[in-house]
Amino acid sequence: MSISSHSLPTMRLPQWATAPVMLGGFIVIAWAVIALTIHWWAPYDPTMLAGRRFSPPDATNWLGTDALGRDVFSRTLYGVRQSLPIALVVIVCSVTIGTTLGAIAGYVGGVFDEIIMRFVDVTLSFPPILLAMAVTASLGPGLENAAIAMVVVWWPIYARLMRAQVLAVREREHVEAAVASGAGPVRILLKHILPLCWSPIIVNATMDFGQIVLLTASLSFIGLGAVPPTPEWGQMISEGALQFYRWWIAAGPGMAILSIVLGFNFLGDGLRDILDPRSQ
Amino acid sequence: MSTPPLLTVEGLNVAFESRGHFFLPAVRSVDFTIGDGEIMGLVGESGSGKSATMMAVMGLLPPRARVTGSVKFRGEELIGRGERFLRRFRGARIGMIFQDPMTTLNPLLSVGAQIAEAVRIHDRSVSARAGMERAVELLELVAMPSPRQRASQYPHEFSGGMRQRAVIAMAMANDPQLLIADEPTTALDVTIQAQIMELLQRLCSERKMGLVLVTHDLGVVASVANKVAVMYAGRLVECGEVTDTFQAPLHPYTRALLDSLPKLEERVARLNAIPGAPPSLAGLPSGCAFHPRCRIATDRCTLEDPVLRRIRERDVACHRADENVPMTLAVPEDVP
Repeated sequence: MSISSHSLPTMRLPQWATAPVMLGGFIVIAWAVIALTIHWWAPYDPTMLAGRRFSPPDATNWLGTDALGRDVFSRTLYGVRQSLPIALVVIVCSVTIGTTLGAIAGYVGGVFDEIIMRFVDVTLSFPPILLAMAVTASLGPGLENAAIAMVVVWWPIYARLMRAQVLAVREREHVEAAVASGAGPVRILLKHILPLCWSPIIVNATMDFGQIVLLTASLSFIGLGAVPPTPEWGQMISEGALQFYRWWIAAGPGMAILSIVLGFNFLGDGLRDILDPRSQ
Repeated sequence: MSTPPLLTVEGLNVAFESRGHFFLPAVRSVDFTIGDGEIMGLVGESGSGKSATMMAVMGLLPPRARVTGSVKFRGEELIGRGERFLRRFRGARIGMIFQDPMTTLNPLLSVGAQIAEAVRIHDRSVSARAGMERAVELLELVAMPSPRQRASQYPHEFSGGMRQRAVIAMAMANDPQLLIADEPTTALDVTIQAQIMELLQRLCSERKMGLVLVTHDLGVVASVANKVAVMYAGRLVECGEVTDTFQAPLHPYTRALLDSLPKLEERVARLNAIPGAPPSLAGLPSGCAFHPRCRIATDRCTLEDPVLRRIRERDVACHRADENVPMTLAVPEDVP
């Protein structure tokens, strides 16, 4: 019938499989696999002695050892077990809180909208790292508190994004048609507005994964996040920061952060191209 | 005892709030009645208030619009009622079809699911499966080829005409007694237009359903409607039976509209456009809103707004409607 049914089966990548998506996806998946399986194949226990102190990279310790003789390579790989789950929790919580409030603000409007949006404005007017530091400091150091602080800082972004989306979509004609067919406000919001609002949220959330990883590391770097001896990237970098001639201590976690942030950014960029073809 | 008429609109006013306390009178004291199985064409230029009138009937105007007057559906007043009350009418007893079928369907739901939803909003006892069955029946009713297959497809897989059929199927979901079609064929090409109009006509006669056809296409009105209502600057200027009205219009605006149409049998160098432009709602002329463009306006027309009167089984709002003035094609000199 059609020409394609007779053509030879060729290896063709689907349209969405662009270079950034593939590369970003590969990096992210690789880190996720590491996070899930590292305890089976890590060369050393991340908290145990693995050689002399400060031994440079060699065949036994691929990225050398730190001030306590622990294997930097193993600690770097184990570090993803802190960063990735925290980022996941923070993103899920921020998106849930932010989109719920944003959607209601956009749809209901009025006083509710004013209250939420002014609160959002105030929160977003602080530099995120500063506000996160203040909140963590008041709660006490620790990764859980850092996560709570990051949710406090991050949800307003999604609230604002969602509100803008809802305001745009609610003016579409199919929403008016739904009203004309007798649908109530809850049904209209859930069935006819929200499903059309997700694409920028998904794109932003993906990119924010990287930002949260970075922010977690920053908080740990200044001693507000992970507590030693947890193998955490920011914490590890701060340990290596003063060791000018022992570059390897900070290099491992540094490269790890670089690659994971890059991976999420590529993935987010690629997702934007897929989900919102008009923005290209 | 006779049942009350399907839809009675009396003294309907719609004013839009703009810049605080200014009110723009979009619709001014409109009256008309529609009976069962009757097709009424509501015509007028853009901004003449045709859509606003029908949106007011459906209670779909934004809160900044002030609606007064009376709209009775089977004797039940709709103006000033709460959302919850109106929701039982919308989609159930009054169906609505919008202008652009490209945008009136939810792109993320299959067409069948959307029609099923329209059914289930008003009858919660219908299961999802039964709703889909009903959707297939409705698609069949609007002459959709292979309705079962089509029901599971998404709007982007449909052509414009097909989508408008789907929209009509959705409006028909609960067997409404009145259908409001806001320029249902404007976005479609001419051959499809004819098919859609035929479909609407068939549905009306089969089901004794009233239809308000909001349009600026006089040809469509002439071929489909029984009744025509002409609006100008928010007012109803003439309302009556279609053939009579088009053959012998009583209002100079209706006359001018008909004169402006191209004719098959005559070759004209220029079409007879109506001189001037429709007035802005913010600065309506004194007296009759049409007088600056009217060929037969008198001093009285500049001072006194004519009320709608019944002349020769028609409602006309013109001081000179009963004078038999010849409404010649000569352009009046005082019009810029």
